[in-house]
Amino acid sequence: MMQNIWKNERLFNVLVPVISAVLGMLAGAIIMVLGNYDPVVGFEALFNGMFGSPKAIGETIRAASPLILSGLAVGFAFKTGLFNIGVEGQLLVGWLASVWVGYAFDLPGVLHVIVSILAAAIAGGFWGMIPGYLKAKFKVHEVIVTIMLNYVALYVTADLIKRYLYAGNEKSYRIKETASLSSSFLSEITEGSRLHWGIAVAIIAAIIMWFILEKTAMGYELKSVGYNQHASMYAGMNVSKNVVLSMTISGAFAGIAGAMEGLGTFQNMTVLSSFTGTGFDGIAVALLGANNAFGIILSSLLFGGLNTAAPQMNFDANVPSELIKIIISLIIFFVASGYIIRVIAERFSKEGK
Amino acid sequence: MQDYVIEMNNIRKEFPGIVANDNITLQVKKGEIHALLGENGAGKSTLMNVLFGLYQPEKGEIKVKGKQVKITDPNVANRLGIGMVHQHFMLVHNFTVTENIILGSEPTKGGKINIEGAAQKVAELSQRYGLSVDPHAKIEDISVGMQQRVEILKTLYRGAEILIFDEPTAVLTPQEIHELIQIMHKLVDEGKSIILITHKLKEIMEVCDRCTVIRKGVGIGTVNVAETNPDQLAALMVGREVHFKVEKKEATPKDVVLEIDQLVVHDARDIPSVNGLNLQVKAGEILGIAGVDGNGQTELIEGITGLRKVKSGSIKINGKDITNLPARKITETGIGHIPQDRHKHGLVLDYSIGANMVLQTYYQKPFSNSGILNYNRIYEKAKALIAEYDVRTPSEYTPARALSGGNQQKAIIAREVDRSPDILIAAQPTRGLDVGAIEFIHSRLIEERDKGKAVLLISFELEEVMNVSDRIAVIYEGRIVAIVNPKETTEQELGLLMAGGKREREGVK
Ligand SMILES: Nc1ncnc2c1ncn2[C@@H]1O[C@H](COP(=O)(O)OP(=O)(O)O)[C@@H](O)[C@H]1O
Ligand SMILES: [Mg+2]
Repeated sequence: MMQNIWKNERLFNVLVPVISAVLGMLAGAIIMVLGNYDPVVGFEALFNGMFGSPKAIGETIRAASPLILSGLAVGFAFKTGLFNIGVEGQLLVGWLASVWVGYAFDLPGVLHVIVSILAAAIAGGFWGMIPGYLKAKFKVHEVIVTIMLNYVALYVTADLIKRYLYAGNEKSYRIKETASLSSSFLSEITEGSRLHWGIAVAIIAAIIMWFILEKTAMGYELKSVGYNQHASMYAGMNVSKNVVLSMTISGAFAGIAGAMEGLGTFQNMTVLSSFTGTGFDGIAVALLGANNAFGIILSSLLFGGLNTAAPQMNFDANVPSELIKIIISLIIFFVASGYIIRVIAERFSKEGK
Repeated sequence: MQDYVIEMNNIRKEFPGIVANDNITLQVKKGEIHALLGENGAGKSTLMNVLFGLYQPEKGEIKVKGKQVKITDPNVANRLGIGMVHQHFMLVHNFTVTENIILGSEPTKGGKINIEGAAQKVAELSQRYGLSVDPHAKIEDISVGMQQRVEILKTLYRGAEILIFDEPTAVLTPQEIHELIQIMHKLVDEGKSIILITHKLKEIMEVCDRCTVIRKGVGIGTVNVAETNPDQLAALMVGREVHFKVEKKEATPKDVVLEIDQLVVHDARDIPSVNGLNLQVKAGEILGIAGVDGNGQTELIEGITGLRKVKSGSIKINGKDITNLPARKITETGIGHIPQDRHKHGLVLDYSIGANMVLQTYYQKPFSNSGILNYNRIYEKAKALIAEYDVRTPSEYTPARALSGGNQQKAIIAREVDRSPDILIAAQPTRGLDVGAIEFIHSRLIEERDKGKAVLLISFELEEVMNVSDRIAVIYEGRIVAIVNPKETTEQELGLLMAGGKREREGVK
């Protein structure tokens, strides 16, 4: 019986992240005890900060929105056999593109939002296409190119803001009201959180990812190329085209993650001197979510919640907010060692027989 | 009886949902080479893993040299003098031969590993059994055949008296097989006993003294090899009569389907592998290409199917020039291709067997409507093919990886034949398969021929080429050097031609 559970791939994929999350929390509690903090108070504050009030829930969901998209970007590439470490850079160019279109264009309400999001998708997609093309054409590994393009994106967006969109105080001009994702309705029902319509965009994007990969001929091809290039070539698929396509779509998701910040949370873009980290968190989110669209939504909610609750935990329980970083890292660690869990479980089930 | 070194009596081993070994008895005499014969999935490896202590049997007893034993893990097996050369080698690639051999039982001298002493011992053993292994070579630098010998040395180093070989010849070239057979003879001459797992009847007839047959997990019995013949063995193994030589009518070739003219294809190092090759294959015939591996067969197939760029010359199908068209265009023109390496090219192992059935047609109706896949239709199709071609799989949703080699190959053949191509290219279609599957595949190829399709068969096994083909083209250094009628030639003559020899009789164009 036990054996069957661990043989079941799908169940295993669900259980490992869940167990890892629990273990990560437990380890967090132990660290609190070791640091002479009261874990009960600490976790109470943490849970309150995550979903203890309508406002906390709103903030958790708001923080999850860009994470979902950046997780989708990583997961999509990964499912097609590629490592997109460049989500951060694609996110930045997407952010800038959305702010620029949101600021410079005059369009009626919903349309303006859609055009701004599309601009972000195109910019991010283009930024992802570059490493895809270099890989397809010259066999340059995408990890190296995407890492370098992160830095290019960081400095180029900063420079462009300073040159063309600078409103002073290290910030760009604000986007027009018509391009904004923010919603007084959502804000009101969550009692004053910054929750915006980005979550709807993120969920639609998750459905799109699932649909492309599981339901379309294009997804069949992309995954096939990811699993086995030789067989794909044999079957008449164009491997190079698929590599470029995959990186472009992945980059587009990342670009829209940037639009979440530009059109939703901040309504402008800051001249950044260091990375936002959201793009890198996408790797963790995708890993915890097993690269599955639904899983990525759940893991984003967890990480988004933990991040927004960190200050509250510090405030109420005096626990340093860095502890959250440790918990998140440990969760990732446990997921990554999921195969060890499997081995141990198999041992147990063998002996139990 | 005390002259048995190994006795496994009435062994039963179950896996969830399957009885892999059901009441099997295997008795091995000292100094003999004992064959363990059975189709893929018959339970041979399982039985040997029981003997080696990797699995615990549910029932039955094991005696080593007459004493009843309980082999709880491989260390116990080692201590009892049982060594196993696994189907998949277990070597660390960036370690040397000696380091691999002593791994897990490192000899120490003053707290330090005594590599030199060990290397010396390895060299002695290698010398004694004619293995010619360099103790200091790195595993990644030596051939597969050599790696296998390292595995043999590993068992000898640990003092094995009884050696188990699990399908040792599956990964070897004919030359290496020949050498391995000599090594086995040497081993028994020195008093070792060998259990040889295989499904190749020829090898059994050549080297073994006795043979135990298992079929679908059940022990069928043990025969003296000297008193049997391949037909009887095959019948015991498969459970029915097997025809080695497939029945076929005279071919009635019609129009030329595939026409290759002055073809030049370069290999990965940009050296012409196919070098001015001419060939025609007609509808209603099987043209077999005989040749030693590496004479341009792979590049020829890749050139025809669009997987490799053609340097010059032309390839036509039914008069239509397909030279250097994209692979998909060529496939659509009417080529079916059973690739040489089914794991690398033939299947996406992580896809379900159903998804693999539409590998070239997923984008066409009815499987795809304006880019949206209709998985109901895909799995319906797969289900039908699985039934028609007798692919043994739990369901059409099972990952291709989980199927046995023979069933993976059947699935590929189902897919390729079902597209009803004008020409079917079959590269090594029966490699690694057992006689039942081979028979099935050969008769399918002939069936296609009789339907009026052209079949191009590429095989390194002369027997296969001679049995199945209507005409044989001999390839040597990238060219067709002779076309012979299989009824009028011998293996000797073909062998000579394949080695670049001239034909005695004239009449070769
Ligand atoms: N570890 C295992 N768990 C479950 N089933 C297994 C396992 N090993 C082998 N089997 C099943 O037992 C049967 C016999 O397998 P095996 O002994 O490997 O066959 P052979 O070596 O004769 O090809 C097959 O049906 C195979 O799928
Ligand atoms: Mg086996």
